[in-house]
Amino acid sequence: MATLRDILRKIGAVKKTQQITKAMNMVAAAKLRTTQGRMENFKPYAGKFAEVLGNLASGMDPGIHPLLVKKEEVSRVELLHFTADRGLCGSFNVNTVNAAQKWIKGQQDNGRDCSLTLVGKKGRDFFRKQGANITESHIQIYGMIDISFINQMTRGFITRYLSDEIDEVNMIYTRFISMAKQEPTLVKLIPIEPPQKEAETEEKAAEYLCEPSAEKLLIELLPKHICVQIYNAFLQNEVSEHAARMSAMDNATKNCSDIVENLTLVYNKARQAAITAELMDIVGGAEAITKA
Amino acid sequence: MGRLFLEIVTPEKIVVSQEVDSVVAPGTDGEFGVLPGHIHFLTGIVPGELRYNTGAGKESMAVTTGFAEVSNDKVSILVDAAEKASEIDAERARQAMERARERLGKDRRTEDIDTLRAEAAVRRAIVRIRVIEKAI
Repeated sequence: MATLRDILRKIGAVKKTQQITKAMNMVAAAKLRTTQGRMENFKPYAGKFAEVLGNLASGMDPGIHPLLVKKEEVSRVELLHFTADRGLCGSFNVNTVNAAQKWIKGQQDNGRDCSLTLVGKKGRDFFRKQGANITESHIQIYGMIDISFINQMTRGFITRYLSDEIDEVNMIYTRFISMAKQEPTLVKLIPIEPPQKEAETEEKAAEYLCEPSAEKLLIELLPKHICVQIYNAFLQNEVSEHAARMSAMDNATKNCSDIVENLTLVYNKARQAAITAELMDIVGGAEAITKA
Repeated sequence: MGRLFLEIVTPEKIVVSQEVDSVVAPGTDGEFGVLPGHIHFLTGIVPGELRYNTGAGKESMAVTTGFAEVSNDKVSILVDAAEKASEIDAERARQAMERARERLGKDRRTEDIDTLRAEAAVRRAIVRIRVIEKAI
């Protein structure tokens, strides 16, 4: 049985761990609030954009732009994959890496080559160890992304798609559903599948006066559409990461409390046992003296 | 006559959301003005100066690329960035222009992504500077 002092030391250690997890929980909560604010601010833009693009694209021949045309033979696919830069966020990274691996395996079973563009340190470390084909990796850029960075990234994808270097671009990011639920989600970026609208809005589209022309406008908007999706993925992924870390750290704090409680019980029992043993000693000693 | 509702939205935030009398914006095919009762209209926006009249006074903004939609007296402008004249940091804009010009001066033989980016940066900086100079 552990000595009293050992148990005390252990209790102290667990309490210190608890302080750390509590602090991490609060930091994650603060970060979550700011990123969630950014996500909310982006919603009007994304919503309006989807509306306009839907109006424009409905009833238009997909042949007008190569980004809309599906390639007949798909042999090389690109995956844009998001993970967190840091761990200690529960199963967040594991879930998204598993989803990516499953997807990659599915593609390889169909005889397609897979190359990866990675965002986040955890994913990069994992896939580098796996020896996967990594085109590019971006680490520690969360919180620093702006629209020009996304534009650049999008241009890279489009150039490679148009020069037949890759035949398809997909992305996997963790969608923020609620504080308790975040889910890895797969989205096809290129070729673009424009958001389809109801028949009722189609009429409205015809009324628009477009300058220079609807086709030209659509061609300009298509790369932007990819940007919007990638930007959205960045934001969602970041919010999900903080939410996941928050609940993971909350759990850890609770577990620490449980352990401290149990250890305190053990400590009290051990103390009581020691006192009893000492009493027995004294009583035994006293009896020996009176007998003599 | 009714008034227009102007909304200028960037990915970061809603910059302007208010009633105005008129809007003048830099479109792909040249500057265009919008008054109440305008036809449904859709166009691209290029970096330039966007002006609007609130009735109480005139406002001027620097915008970058994006697009504009006019429907039912509502003007929605979606751009990468939009700054009011009072929010622009003149010194920063000048420095940005200088940096970009320097980059352009170094190597003009190849038209790669960097040159394109630098050219775009120069255009943005020029717009910002022009907007401030007008405001002063």
